[in-house]
Amino acid sequence: MASTEQTNTEVGHEGGHASGVFPPFDPSTFGSQLLWLAIIFGALYVLMSRIGLPRVEGILAARKAAHDSDLAEAARLRAETEDAIASFEKALAEAHAHAEEIGQSTRDKLNAEIIAKRKAFDAELTANLDAEEHTIAANKAKAMQNVGEIATESTIAIIQHLTGQAPSAADASAAVSHVSNA
Amino acid sequence: MAAESEGAIDPIHQFVIEPMFHLGGLTVTNSAAYMIAILVVATFVMIIGTAPKALVPGRLQSLGEVAYEFVANTVRGSAGHEGMRFFPLVFSLFMFVLIANLIGLIPFTFSVTSHIIVTFALAAIVILTVILYGFYKNGLHFLGLFVPSGVSPVLLPLLVLIEVISFISRPISLSVRLFANMLAGHITLNVFGGFVAMLLASGTWAVILSPLPFAMTVALSALELLVAFLQAYVFAILTCVYLNDAIHPGH
Repeated sequence: MASTEQTNTEVGHEGGHASGVFPPFDPSTFGSQLLWLAIIFGALYVLMSRIGLPRVEGILAARKAAHDSDLAEAARLRAETEDAIASFEKALAEAHAHAEEIGQSTRDKLNAEIIAKRKAFDAELTANLDAEEHTIAANKAKAMQNVGEIATESTIAIIQHLTGQAPSAADASAAVSHVSNA
Repeated sequence: MAAESEGAIDPIHQFVIEPMFHLGGLTVTNSAAYMIAILVVATFVMIIGTAPKALVPGRLQSLGEVAYEFVANTVRGSAGHEGMRFFPLVFSLFMFVLIANLIGLIPFTFSVTSHIIVTFALAAIVILTVILYGFYKNGLHFLGLFVPSGVSPVLLPLLVLIEVISFISRPISLSVRLFANMLAGHITLNVFGGFVAMLLASGTWAVILSPLPFAMTVALSALELLVAFLQAYVFAILTCVYLNDAIHPGH
């Protein structure tokens, strides 16, 4: 405590402090300090606990609520977007399927039409062919008949030329048909 | 002050309490004036600063919110959710000590927390709260705080004695730690600052040495800024630890 004594005298001398003790240990100031501390700390406690802290708590709670509601809103919007995307993809798939269906049915219809037309055409063609064949056969028969006549005439002419006398037309014809039928 | 003491180092004078003026029947000393300043600063930050209640806070409101969250996290971390009932007390103590320490760092100011009676009164508030709430909530079971569990009966009296001494020393250590830190820091700053003045005033070749204590003063100021915050934090966290004993006295 020797050093304390020393400082005490110094303070007493230079600070002009009446009691001359180390100021923090000067009991004469304790009462005043305690009184003021009680007033100020009491006021501080009341101001903080009644106004300051509830207000900050309210601010933080409001901010948290705003945060949470914003996050919830964002989640809701995202879910909405995902729903929209899903329904869009569903619609797309449906449209795809529908288009496929339309294409298929159109293709089928056209194929059927083509087949029917081809069949009709074939039938027509066959009918025409038959008709042509008949005509050809008729013409051929006619031609063959003409051939017989020509042959008979040629035979008459040849025999007349060879023998000098003309066979009867009936004989010639009989001979030609005999040869041609052989 | 006195002309003959000019240039001499008087590191104790900064702690002298003098009447400044009279307010009604009360004498306002420099200590009282600085306490009023503490109240004004705390009110400015925590009440005027938070008045806008802005969703996106401004500077002052941010400061208030940071202080709130810092102390709230300290209380929750050390005393649990039940400790939050003492949050206004811990917050007021923290703000009072912090602002007192920070104001005291401004040159030529007075540090309220450099007086043992103030720090002891604050520590007494804490310990009385612990004792009163401890008995109110736990009844006589609160005394179990002094009886460590799972100890042999032979050692028990000794350990109870140690626990009681440790409990009694809490308000002393709590107050002396803060008081001594503030006192020593301010004396050291004052002494080194005084060296600068003395060297400059000496008028000899020693003037060139004056930057050395000045650099020391700068470095110590930074250290004292840390100490000012740290002591307020230590005071708050120890308050929480002691309150936790009152809430959960089981060892």
